[in-house]
Amino acid sequence: MADKPKVAFYWCASCGGCEEAVVDLAEGILDVIAAVDIVFWPVALDFKVRDVKELPDESITVSFINGAVRLSEQEEMARLLRRKSKFVIAFGSCSHMGGVPGLANLWDRASIFAWYYHDAPSVAPGNVREPREHVRVPEGTLELPAFWDTVKTLDQVIDVDYYLPGCPPTPKLLADAVGVLLRGDLPPKGSVLAGTRALCHECPLNESKPEKLLLKDIRRVHLTKVDPEKCLLAQGLLCLGPVTRGGCEALCVKGNMPCTGCFGPTDEVRDQGAKGIAYVSSILDFDEEADIERALANVPDPVGTFYRYSLPRAYLMRTRKVMPHA
Amino acid sequence: MMQTEEFQPRIVAFVCNWCTYIAADAAGVARARYSPNVRLIRTMCSGRVDPQFVLGAFEKGADGVLLCGCHPRDCHYSVGNYKALRRYKLLKKMLSQMGFEDDRFRLEWISASEAEKFRKVVEDMTERVRRLGPFKPNGSSTPNGGK
Amino acid sequence: MPSQVVINPITRLEGHGKVTIFLDDKGEVSRAYLQIPELRGFENFLVGRQAEDAPQITSRICGVCPTAHHTAATKALDDLYKVDPPPTAKMIREMLYSVFMLEDHALHLFFLGGPDFVVGPTAPKAERNVVGVIQKAGIEIGKQVIAMRKDLRGILTELGGKVIHPVYGLPGGVAKPVTADMQVRFKEIAARGLKFASFCEKLFEDVVLGNPAYVKAIMSEGYTHRTYYMGLVDEKNRENFYDGQIRVVNPSGSEVARFPAQEYLDHIAEHSEPWTYVKFPFLKKVGWKGFVDGPDSGVYSVAPMARLNVCDDMATPQAAELYEKYFETLGGKPVHHTLANHWARVIEIVYAAERFNGLVSDARITDPDIRTIPTETPKEGVGVVEAPRGTLIHHYKSDDRGILTSANLIVATQHNSARIAMSVDKAARAVIHKGVVDDGILNQVEMAFRAYDPCHACATHSLPGRMPLLVTILGPDGTLLREIRRDG
Ligand code: SF4
Ligand code: SF4
Ligand code: SF4
Ligand code: FES
Repeated sequence: MADKPKVAFYWCASCGGCEEAVVDLAEGILDVIAAVDIVFWPVALDFKVRDVKELPDESITVSFINGAVRLSEQEEMARLLRRKSKFVIAFGSCSHMGGVPGLANLWDRASIFAWYYHDAPSVAPGNVREPREHVRVPEGTLELPAFWDTVKTLDQVIDVDYYLPGCPPTPKLLADAVGVLLRGDLPPKGSVLAGTRALCHECPLNESKPEKLLLKDIRRVHLTKVDPEKCLLAQGLLCLGPVTRGGCEALCVKGNMPCTGCFGPTDEVRDQGAKGIAYVSSILDFDEEADIERALANVPDPVGTFYRYSLPRAYLMRTRKVMPHA
Repeated sequence: MMQTEEFQPRIVAFVCNWCTYIAADAAGVARARYSPNVRLIRTMCSGRVDPQFVLGAFEKGADGVLLCGCHPRDCHYSVGNYKALRRYKLLKKMLSQMGFEDDRFRLEWISASEAEKFRKVVEDMTERVRRLGPFKPNGSSTPNGGK
Repeated sequence: MPSQVVINPITRLEGHGKVTIFLDDKGEVSRAYLQIPELRGFENFLVGRQAEDAPQITSRICGVCPTAHHTAATKALDDLYKVDPPPTAKMIREMLYSVFMLEDHALHLFFLGGPDFVVGPTAPKAERNVVGVIQKAGIEIGKQVIAMRKDLRGILTELGGKVIHPVYGLPGGVAKPVTADMQVRFKEIAARGLKFASFCEKLFEDVVLGNPAYVKAIMSEGYTHRTYYMGLVDEKNRENFYDGQIRVVNPSGSEVARFPAQEYLDHIAEHSEPWTYVKFPFLKKVGWKGFVDGPDSGVYSVAPMARLNVCDDMATPQAAELYEKYFETLGGKPVHHTLANHWARVIEIVYAAERFNGLVSDARITDPDIRTIPTETPKEGVGVVEAPRGTLIHHYKSDDRGILTSANLIVATQHNSARIAMSVDKAARAVIHKGVVDDGILNQVEMAFRAYDPCHACATHSLPGRMPLLVTILGPDGTLLREIRRDG
């Protein structure tokens, strides 16, 4: 027991889906439990921050941390686990690239509060109360953690060894990652533990994807009768398969819906949004300005389309000082 | 604003080797007075300018980015400039969503013989960006609003 | 100077929910506060997004009930585009929804709220978890639970693309049809689901209702609030998870409102407090009178107990029988005992299983006509479902291109937030006296809010899950007197 490698799971600002993905190992979880000693897993086991603090530095073999970072306390926990762990894995899109909640970086605290506590149509007329960090109530003082302006990726606050991409990562990739780490055949630091090639290579529709794709039309999925047998991109739907890292086995495409890029870009790309733009521009079969504009009218939300999961990781958007990434 | 007078914008210009670069050179050789604020980056074709270069330039401190290529139908690689145009349109749309002022990113077709046009474009852009002030990523220049 | 007890769920060390209890100088509770300290701003960043992306974006509010947000958003899009999905598309949506409810409620029974009851609220804490439940029920059962969950989630993956953050919802329909082959396989799972549901209900009855002490706890005043209730009902006022009108009953059980989701703003308003990030919805026509119950206070409740309180009947036979028994046993309608949520939840497990079985067995489910392409110009839409934790409302506005211009969400746990805050306060008053605070007592306080299966990921876009506690007892001068940990 004492000799088993120690593993920790932790979440920061997360939807809980990454934790569910761990539970979705189903009976596989028994294999994991047999092979390792889970020292820390708040959602399922006793919480032991103090016990973690008491562990010698680097005594946890690997910590899986999901969720983005928005509160100081999350940053502190990430730092603590960093110190105690040999390897830290950013688990899931939020931790890897900021995730969907990272789209909040288009706003800040003031604008979020303004809507939520004052302007939303259901807020009672005349409601003026906004949460504050220290509040006097008749019985004493209550404290709330501060709400920050910015959502950050895990590697913007601590050093990260590996990334497990996906929103959420698949149980299979998780099991593979645990295996790789326990066997000790370590990939180079900074590796993303999923496919190295674009998603199209593992997509069942890849054979129907033309060698040279040129689009006269971009179509929005809710206005399109989808042919489930034919490459979605070839049908004009903005499937991000060609610019997304493989590893999920094309889950969304198997659901007859285009890939939205939750696995992030492939190795050589740093900025997912910029890559998406380059790609779409290269397959649009128009040269005249008016035609281009007409076609692009069906890409009305480039940020939400190409940075759906990675705005905090973008070159821009309050991320001028990001740490280097894989 | 006081600052507007003193602020020297930094503009990165990606210029195509076959046209604008020559024009820029001519403008320089002729000692035409174009703004000292611009830094030229020569590329083999406007179609080679990846959107990541543009965003990267802003990230590294540019206050404006100028992208120049050959006129339509004149591209050395025949369609590079059309590709650049498509990218520009889409990128521009995205930058506006992120709160970028329109004048910070600009595309111009400038042939080898248009040294004067190059000078004018640079001067005009410098002036516009000067008016906008230094580029800050949307909303807040410090992470977490300084917290 | 009062002393202060802080129950800090340190699984949320970052502060995803904590209870602070102030004691007066006699050691009695003067007030207990439940604070939910997180917010994520989904309503803001939905603005500017393509409306058709909302079902996938909003599912990221919560990875435990993504299907609920996905479905509420999809229905809001139907309304936004004024498009009516083909009958089969609605059936597929409701079938997937039933599968999801069955699976989610069972998760609560075995992992979250159930252990308190099945193993016992004052059992050693090491046993008060899923392992304890399985030991009590038998290891074979444990395997069955895991297998059932896997099969149900397999259906959601196959039809929905992904089980966590599905992709099937589109305005006017669903993305993927049910094939004849799927129907055969799913029917087999549904048959097992029925047995599984009966087993869950039986387990609950045997262990909980068979034990007078538990029944007494359920009925005790410390866990009781006489509030209004809200939930979805069908045209015959039967409970429905997927569709219908929102019905509200008063603390005596009489209907005071019945309205389509589109009119929610006439009936619901939100109050906020400076000490928590969550908002407190209340009945607009009754008004916000503070954290009090009774007919004069606009505080209302949602979730399983509330749903049974607002409906007149259940639409499926076995659930209908259990419905009768429930009210008979608990002394008539409406039931105000917070802990009765657990029983109501197992009755809903049975309902979900029966519903799933009925829909998957219907010949029309394999009709390939699953989409109506929208043709209207989008403008405004509201969608509602019953999430496992209560009524869930998504409200969007868009421009002509279907780009969202505003979004407002009222989510399940949020409707319950005032009542949960009251429950915690009341339970604390009931169990803490003369400054005596021990582990079992704290669990009872915690049970008060676990009964709602509160999902703070939903309420504030924070986190779900079980919350072990850290209790810090501070002396009048703020010095630390004692610290108690109550682990999960
Ligand atoms: S990556 Fe996806 S599943 Fe994981 S916490 Fe973030 S939103 Fe949830
Ligand atoms: S573009 Fe999409 S649908 Fe086409 S092959 Fe690639 S992943 Fe599959
Ligand atoms: S298909 Fe794309 S969006 Fe869907 S799970 Fe795979 S990588 Fe993520
Ligand atoms: S060669 Fe000048 S733009 Fe292509």
